[in-house]
Amino acid sequence: MAMQGKAVRVTTYFNEMFQDGEVRIPYSRLEGWTKRMPDALRHMKQAEAEALFRRIGITFAVYGEGGDPDRLIPFDMFPRVFTAAEWARLERGIKQRARALNAFLVDVYGRGEIVRAGRIPAHLVYRNAAFEKSVVGFVPPKGVYSHIVGIDLVRTGADEFFVLEDNCRTPSGVSYMLENREIMMRMFPDLFRENRIEPVDNYPLLLRRTLASVAPAKCKGDPTIVILTPGHFNSAYYEHSFLADLMGVELVEGQDLFVEGEYVWMRTTEGPKRVDVIYRRIDDAYIDPLCFRPDSMLGVPGLMDVYRSGGVNICSCPGAGVADDKAVYTFVPEMIRFYLGEEPILNNVPTWQCAKEDDRKYVLENLKDLVVKEVHGSGGYGMLVGPKSTRDQIERFHARISEDPGNYIAQPTLALSTTPTFVDEGIAPRHVDLRPYCLVGERVELVPGGLTRVALTEGSLVVNSSQGGGVKDTWVLAE
Amino acid sequence: MILTVEHVTRYSYDRPVRGLVQSHRMTPASHDGQRVIGWQVEVSDGLAGGSFRDGAGDHVASWSVIGPVSHIDVTVRGEVETRDTGGILRGHRELVSPQCYLQATALTHPDDALLALAEEARAVPEVLDAAHLLCERVAKAILWTPGVTQSQTTAAEAMSQAQGVCQDHAHAIIAAARAAEMPARYVSGYMLAGERQDAAHAWAEIHVPGLGWVGFDAANGCCPDERYIRIASGLDAQDAAPIRGWARGDGKERLEVAVAVQTVEQ
Amino acid sequence: MLSRTADNLFWIARYMERAETMARLLEVGARISLLPSVHGYRSEWDSLLQASGTADGFDRKYAEPVARNIESYLFFDHDNPSSVASCLRQARENGRIVRTALTTQVWDALNTAFQELKQLERQPRSELELTQLTDWVTRHAAMVRGSIGATLLRNDGYDFLNLGYCLERADATARLLDVKYYVLLPRVEFVGSGLDNYQWMTLLRALSLHRAFHWTYAGEITARKIADFLILNPQSPRSLVTSVEGINHALHRLGRAYGRETVAQVRGRQLNDMLERVTVEDIFDEGMHEFLTRFIGDVATLGYHVWESYLTGDVR
Repeated sequence: MAMQGKAVRVTTYFNEMFQDGEVRIPYSRLEGWTKRMPDALRHMKQAEAEALFRRIGITFAVYGEGGDPDRLIPFDMFPRVFTAAEWARLERGIKQRARALNAFLVDVYGRGEIVRAGRIPAHLVYRNAAFEKSVVGFVPPKGVYSHIVGIDLVRTGADEFFVLEDNCRTPSGVSYMLENREIMMRMFPDLFRENRIEPVDNYPLLLRRTLASVAPAKCKGDPTIVILTPGHFNSAYYEHSFLADLMGVELVEGQDLFVEGEYVWMRTTEGPKRVDVIYRRIDDAYIDPLCFRPDSMLGVPGLMDVYRSGGVNICSCPGAGVADDKAVYTFVPEMIRFYLGEEPILNNVPTWQCAKEDDRKYVLENLKDLVVKEVHGSGGYGMLVGPKSTRDQIERFHARISEDPGNYIAQPTLALSTTPTFVDEGIAPRHVDLRPYCLVGERVELVPGGLTRVALTEGSLVVNSSQGGGVKDTWVLAE
Repeated sequence: MILTVEHVTRYSYDRPVRGLVQSHRMTPASHDGQRVIGWQVEVSDGLAGGSFRDGAGDHVASWSVIGPVSHIDVTVRGEVETRDTGGILRGHRELVSPQCYLQATALTHPDDALLALAEEARAVPEVLDAAHLLCERVAKAILWTPGVTQSQTTAAEAMSQAQGVCQDHAHAIIAAARAAEMPARYVSGYMLAGERQDAAHAWAEIHVPGLGWVGFDAANGCCPDERYIRIASGLDAQDAAPIRGWARGDGKERLEVAVAVQTVEQ
Repeated sequence: MLSRTADNLFWIARYMERAETMARLLEVGARISLLPSVHGYRSEWDSLLQASGTADGFDRKYAEPVARNIESYLFFDHDNPSSVASCLRQARENGRIVRTALTTQVWDALNTAFQELKQLERQPRSELELTQLTDWVTRHAAMVRGSIGATLLRNDGYDFLNLGYCLERADATARLLDVKYYVLLPRVEFVGSGLDNYQWMTLLRALSLHRAFHWTYAGEITARKIADFLILNPQSPRSLVTSVEGINHALHRLGRAYGRETVAQVRGRQLNDMLERVTVEDIFDEGMHEFLTRFIGDVATLGYHVWESYLTGDVR
């Protein structure tokens, strides 16, 4: 099989299916599956999957790239598999992190004990662009700032996982987790009979329950929840509408909501209807033109006053972004110790802060071996992967870092694990990461699974869908 | 000193608007320098929304008006007992870290003249002295002249025009102070008018280690005393604005303001 | 439901119906232009542009109202907001926005029309026959309409879709009639001539109603029979009275579901009463063009009240 040949060649990366020429246990039933599938059938199935995606309308427009707004994210049919034991550890680590991040947010918008204790530099918090002065002193319902925490993980060995970054604002992609599973179950029902795979399809229900659990105190009875979208031109609009549909809540734009008296209302054909919880998928800056960007047409004028006086909850809370900043990231293990009194279960990737002189010196001398990221960047833009870059690119980054060191951090190039992936020539290992979605409300919950992103280009370590990455179904096997 | 305030803001629209929402920072908080005896804000045809005290210790109140409406009056009436604390803000309950007031905004972005001022301030060893120096320099650099600047005039523009009003003085102090790594903020309030100043007033506060926030009024060349009532603070005039509003409809807005601050004979 | 959602549904229907009307208008024009001309070629096509309300836009873009240019403008042109292509795009975009208020079947029908349109747009124009194009439009319009009827929940969203369809159709039938009666044949001496008959037939054909007409009215085609059929006959699927009945049915359901009536219901009933009272003689006494102009105005007012009562978001 083509897959083994490649796997042997790339020996430095952990291959999640093959180890020492043997198939690892979680993948044991997949070997037979691939053998039973001749190329012709595979191509047919691949086409079928694509047609399904296109028909349900799940597409992804790449921000700022123009081109076809109906472009599909490539879907790879080869699933990625975790054992129950592997997942149990990940789950504990992810939940621990989500709790610590929320404790941090409540603290820095309150008395800032962690700063006073000298465990994190004050300027990283208070001078952070994502720090929101207008919510200082406000404790949101149940003390939760970030209700959906997306934690990006990479694997480098059988028991080695690292957290690449945290997403505390509005992590996207969960619709792919759900659709990938749906499509796999439709196309390969046998696989699901042979393998005992934990379901993920209760995610919308859990999300709804989570949001309902953080309704403001002024709300009596069953809270009205809405999803606030920037509109149908947004690249993630499909996801917004998909989640609204599965949760049975309205998908609203800013113009559909208005403030009157102590509450927020939505405009319906029968008159105003009160809204209690807003799951917003727009950035802080656009939420309320009275409080933030006055030119924003996407938000709801007066919303922040209602929020701060307890008339509505906004999820995630404005200001939550200060916890997922790449410079603050370095201190998450410290948060876990400080707030929870525990040792971190999942490790951070060692990170050099270019703002620090020693770190900067090291980074500039070793650019060819490092990954450099912008502190406030996202989506794989403004990033340097040293070993994959030309001398010219490295020199440009050298100049940029020297000019504005505070805007850059660097990390070692991680040996991202690979999983078998269908490619033109057959099956070959490709690098993957994982984004599980942790829900934080009255309870902290995690569905067993997440979004596996795969770098489809041979040798590539960049898995972002905006940079040619694809997605896979992610399985967690039952005990 | 006991001061009374009467402040009416009238919004008129050439065509009726369908509805209106406002966020007010118009009610003073008590601290060592001022004790609120009575204070009322009313909005004609208005529906009072939520109100709270924000992290900077300022009272925020939400109002809405159900249209169609062609004009609204926002009326403030209040009475405050004040005393001189040498400009030092003491006994004001707030939680926002002074470090939050180091970021430049569009209105307070420093140009070369302001950076030069900041350099001068940096050279002064004591922060309090540096703050006084900035206040003096700005008072000299910007001649108090009403009517030449607008609400959108930046600190840098006011410096190059060498003319402006209290808002411009405050912005210039703030811009230079922040460039010198001294936390600084904009304060809106009222002042018992001398012969030349408007009663709706604004000044700057600079954070001095050991003392806390200290007010500086370059327009009058002094620190706020018992003639001043402190209402709200922010990164700049926009952030500290007494009224931020939004109207649904395409009527053109016109604004009229009348303010009176008086002393009550004791 | 959200006012904006109702608005999107309403406009899906209006745009789909409008696309169909445009295609039918084009067909009327094409067939009439095959006749030996009495007014000259130009005025016939011109009158089509007048009827579709797109004459100004056309003049800005093209010098000559020849068939080729008119077909391009009315079918493919994205600068013409009423072209078939613009309408289908708008219908699909409105559908995408309220994807969750539609069934998979309805979305499929909207999306398929849009995807096929993109293919048509890539094809060389010389390969496309006008009759194929108009058939293609009516087929897809029927598929969307059929999937709505067959699969959609009968809730308020369904009523807003039907309101859109019926309002647009009432307006369209009135305009088509008006083109024929007033614009195509302004001179009284042609009334009842062979040419007149041919034009009426063409109109009926374009509405796919010529067989229905003959089933209903035996013998000669006369202006009176046509007026009765397209205005007053409740059996005719596109007559004004049928469209207004549809409007009232949807409004009645909405009023009941929401437990309150609005100006829209009142105005709807008034329009219905008027059509029930009026006779063909009354219409010809008033003058067909005058009657139709008044009707088109009434329908527009009713549309405004629907908007004001349900779609603005300022409902109390």
